[in-house]
Amino acid sequence: MADNISRPVSLSAWLSAPVPTSSWQARAQQLWLSWRALRSNPSVMFGGTVILAVAVIAIFAPLFATHDIYAQDLSIRLQKPSIAHWLGTDELGRDVYSRLVFGARITLTIAGLTAIIAAPLGLLVGTTAGYVGGWIDTILMRIVDVFLAFPSLILALAFVAALGPGIDNAIIAISLAAWPPIARLARAETLSIRKSDYIAAVQLQKASSFRIIFGHVMPMCISSVVVRVTLNMASIILTAAGLGFLGLGAQPPSPEWGAMLSSAREFVLTNGTIAAIPGTAILVVSLAFNLLGDGLRDMLDPRHG
Amino acid sequence: MTLSLAFGRTLLSVAATLLGLAALTFFIGRLLPLDPVIAVLGPNTTHEAYMAMAKQLGLDQPLWKQFATYLGHLLQFDFGSALTTGKPVAGDIARVFPATLELASVAIVIGTGLGIPAGVFSAMYRGSALDHIVRFVGLLGYSTPHFWLGLMGLALFYATLGLVGGPGRIDVMYELDLEPRTGFYLVDAALTGDGALFKDVFSHIVLPASILGFGAITYISRMTRSFMIEQLSQEYVVTARVKGLSWARTVWVHAFRNVVVQVITVVVLSYAFLLEGAVLTETVFAWPGFGRYLTNALLAGDMNAVVGCTILIGVIFVGLNLVCDLLYRVFDPRTR
Repeated sequence: MADNISRPVSLSAWLSAPVPTSSWQARAQQLWLSWRALRSNPSVMFGGTVILAVAVIAIFAPLFATHDIYAQDLSIRLQKPSIAHWLGTDELGRDVYSRLVFGARITLTIAGLTAIIAAPLGLLVGTTAGYVGGWIDTILMRIVDVFLAFPSLILALAFVAALGPGIDNAIIAISLAAWPPIARLARAETLSIRKSDYIAAVQLQKASSFRIIFGHVMPMCISSVVVRVTLNMASIILTAAGLGFLGLGAQPPSPEWGAMLSSAREFVLTNGTIAAIPGTAILVVSLAFNLLGDGLRDMLDPRHG
Repeated sequence: MTLSLAFGRTLLSVAATLLGLAALTFFIGRLLPLDPVIAVLGPNTTHEAYMAMAKQLGLDQPLWKQFATYLGHLLQFDFGSALTTGKPVAGDIARVFPATLELASVAIVIGTGLGIPAGVFSAMYRGSALDHIVRFVGLLGYSTPHFWLGLMGLALFYATLGLVGGPGRIDVMYELDLEPRTGFYLVDAALTGDGALFKDVFSHIVLPASILGFGAITYISRMTRSFMIEQLSQEYVVTARVKGLSWARTVWVHAFRNVVVQVITVVVLSYAFLLEGAVLTETVFAWPGFGRYLTNALLAGDMNAVVGCTILIGVIFVGLNLVCDLLYRVFDPRTR
């Protein structure tokens, strides 16, 4: 070890050394290889860059916004894009660009929170069902089937109707509709993993099912779950926008993109731009997630061409 | 023997799913933060009146008994009365459903007619410009909020260009001319033999159906493409080519025949997804169908109607899945 540190080597030589001398170097090499694979995949790079850019805009929204997003000025309502208002103004004279910037926050929050709720839930249910098997598997998968019997928007709508409109309830509703496909995927992965030799080895050491599921099965499922969740992000964003549009998600005056579309709807026949802008934003972000997810899937599973 | 056994198993699992569906909707109905008794009687009520109403609504019963009652009602297609219309939900749905069915049927014709060829050609000329265009349009279709597309379509084709009819199924001036016989306005208008009437009805349905159909095109073409690619990598394709068959003949006559059943199941499933898309599309186009009924019920907090619609969609989904399953079993010997 000391020998290795004392000898200065170039970073690229260190990263491409045929035999890593420390576990840390091995890990760094692996990361480097994945980064190179990612870099050579245009759809991953494009999708990733767009998402990163939107995330930066969302985090630093107050710096990017040019106007107060709630300040109304009826004397300048429904204006076309200009120097003062880059994307024009809405029906209450609010700056559309600034609202769009703050709307990115809401969209990414919904997508992020949904992923944080739905992915672990799906992973837990799927791996447990797949590993434990028997009647637990039957019951859990039956529940998943019931959830999958509804299109996700319809299920989310029904939950929102029961919970009441609002952004928090929308997140809960979308999460409740989003976990079952992940559970099914994780179960399928688990079924192929549980027969492998390393699981048999841990079983022989008398590891508990709990330990095997959390320590040895779940980590193997994570990559495919991440891909699945990335692809689902697009439909989550569309569902959230749809809920906002119907007036069941984020409520006005919130600058959520779907809610912006909802209020733009009345003016769409006279002023198309005002509806074009939030819709394009939704399209770009969900396209970016789809590209990223597609690219990641192609890398992990070349069978899907 | 094995076939009938497998069929019995499928039916059993469908029954279990339907039971689960009932349980889930029952649960959703109970999630309501609002006390159903207070919803009926208002907040200023005596204890006696409250208890009497709770008894009348069956809320004094144990939960399993309430669920049994609920199931019993479901089996008789009794979803209760809608608060918004005051009529039974089942009757309301039956009234609005033809509008949605008509929209979805036109959309599926568009989706199938364009989606299947797009998918096959895309796989046939894999890596070509055509393939890239089909894939990119498919990706766009997956990423576009279709209700927004509807808004933009209205702004462009109706308000600006005046090419299509506006929101609704028919112009007010024609409304009295149309005698609803089948509930499908296109058919009804054709039956009257009035050309202008048919043209009006057609101009109203073409935009929403195209936008719904666009969603179906993306799904159908994507799935068709991947089925075809799988087939085209098989050895029999090489054999056919070596034998001297043209590429087009190999693709359409040999490979495509092997994916027909899979493609049909995809079409059937996308029919189900059109119902989902219809909710938002109908709202945009003021289409007096199932989706708009559901949306209005949602906004009014009318749980009987919401639960009724949700169950119906679930049952349709399960039913169409069953149809796909049976199609596979009957027409695809590989699954036996």
